[in-house]
Amino acid sequence: MIFTIAAKELRALFASPLAWLVLTVVQVILGYGFLKRLDDFLQIQSQLAQLASPPGVTELVAAPTYATAAAVLLFAIPLLAMRMIAEERRNQTMTLLLSAPISMTEIILGKFVGLMAFLLLIILLVVAMPLMLSTGTRLDMGLLATLTLALILLAASFAAVSLYASSLTAQPMAAALLSFGLLLAMLFMGETAGDSLRARGWQIPAAFAQVLSPLRNFEPLGRGMIDSYAIICPILLTAAFLLLAIRRLDGRRMRG
Amino acid sequence: MRHILGIFLPDHKATRRKASIPPLMTSPAPELTVSARGLSRHYGTHAAVRGIDIEVRHGEVLGLLGPNGAGKTTTMRMLTGNLAPSAGEIRICGIDLLEKPVLAKARIGYLPETPPLYRELTVAEYLRLAARLHRVPRALCNDAVTRAMQRCGIADVAKKLIGSLSKGYQQRVGIAQAIVHEPDLVILDEPTVGLDPNQILDIRALIRELGSAHSVILSTHILPEVEAVCDRVQILHHGEVVFSNTISGLREFQRGRTMSISLHRPPAIEELRKIEGIATVEADGEGRFRIRFATDADPTAILVARASTEDWGLHQLVPAQTSLEDVFVHLTRGGTGGDRAP
Repeated sequence: MIFTIAAKELRALFASPLAWLVLTVVQVILGYGFLKRLDDFLQIQSQLAQLASPPGVTELVAAPTYATAAAVLLFAIPLLAMRMIAEERRNQTMTLLLSAPISMTEIILGKFVGLMAFLLLIILLVVAMPLMLSTGTRLDMGLLATLTLALILLAASFAAVSLYASSLTAQPMAAALLSFGLLLAMLFMGETAGDSLRARGWQIPAAFAQVLSPLRNFEPLGRGMIDSYAIICPILLTAAFLLLAIRRLDGRRMRG
Repeated sequence: MRHILGIFLPDHKATRRKASIPPLMTSPAPELTVSARGLSRHYGTHAAVRGIDIEVRHGEVLGLLGPNGAGKTTTMRMLTGNLAPSAGEIRICGIDLLEKPVLAKARIGYLPETPPLYRELTVAEYLRLAARLHRVPRALCNDAVTRAMQRCGIADVAKKLIGSLSKGYQQRVGIAQAIVHEPDLVILDEPTVGLDPNQILDIRALIRELGSAHSVILSTHILPEVEAVCDRVQILHHGEVVFSNTISGLREFQRGRTMSISLHRPPAIEELRKIEGIATVEADGEGRFRIRFATDADPTAILVARASTEDWGLHQLVPAQTSLEDVFVHLTRGGTGGDRAP
């Protein structure tokens, strides 16, 4: 049932010009960034060769491209997710899902899976760019794998937050702004709050703050370090916001 | 030990027999497709629906009538699990909707006031989605969709985008969506609103046909519609059921309560109003009057006696052709709850 809803969401995304526009714009930005980095790398390559252990092309070209992708997703995901619940409510099509013999959990998970399928497509395009270089050079496949994992986890947590924001209002644009604001707040405050809590020696609140700080969890994986806590945190964040969205949907049934 | 067993065994048997009775009694329960008791819904301090009971038997068409804001849509949203009732219980084919929503909802088809249509899908795609969401097995989906389209007369637009269809066709797609999974209960919220007269006739014929195989609950404020398609009618007013009866019972209920009287030499209208047991008198012109009797009163004999003694020239006294409209207006405009029929 989750996949029926996911397929419906994916179809709805591709039926709207927005998804195609997002795909195009994201690809243009990332493509430009990637080529620029590659160009810079080729220019300083001779100087790098003189270092004792020079950073490779994966660290200097692929990693920054992934960082750019993370920043672009911060804008793209609220736009892609904004319609998922808000517009169904505005057009009163939500009734079809709510009257069908499916649970609220299945509805939210279906929408989440549909959105993630689309995001994986974007991530696939991101992965494809550094992979192209493997025809001419040797890549650090381990680093590429952790970078990809980090991006998927980041996308999942952004998607969950945006889906929750979409469940709060019947105006898609308001939902997009709300999720954008929520994500920005988490990026800035989660990080500083975590640091200051840790500085005071409050380890447990600091650990909680890290759950709410997607970028903090992106960093270790981005350096190729498999930090289990940095993997668990975004999963917890995703689960928490999906749960909030489910509760929100159920709350609408209770409150009317 | 045996003593204890001796005491306990019969008791135990008795409880087991007791426990086994309800399933036996509920096995012919599909007879009752919907049974809702004491249904209430409050929005803050405002009570939209207050303790109403609804029962629909298998193959019955129930009309929910009422002025705008009487609580029809709220009731339907509760019956379909879209809205949680503040109080009361709902059973669909014996399954508790609030405890087992997924099982119960599989037996319901619902067309809300605004049909929940995805404009970017074609009719066939949309109906397939609706069938899948209602857990029709994948292998049977195509058949179910084809059958629903044929019944609703939309097979010729199967490949068109829903967004490009006229309102009438969209409404039919909405009905097709509600019946694609062959539910036991079809709930239609104002299914003929905004349609042209031909389309209304088509949809009514469709609803009648649905009523033979499914149970149907229909809300409307078009009164002839109820008389045309419904077996039973409940009138809601301020969130309460003020009238509940079969259509034939409705006619029975009204028979003899309104009379049309024709007099050659009519007295002043106040004279008629003064007669005990007469609630209202309306002059229809040319010596004709429409007289409504007060509750539990039959002043026909007095009327005839007065007419002969005072030489009014009585030449016609017939039960007026009463319609649902009379009942409706009577009950929902200053009418008292005392007219509640069984």
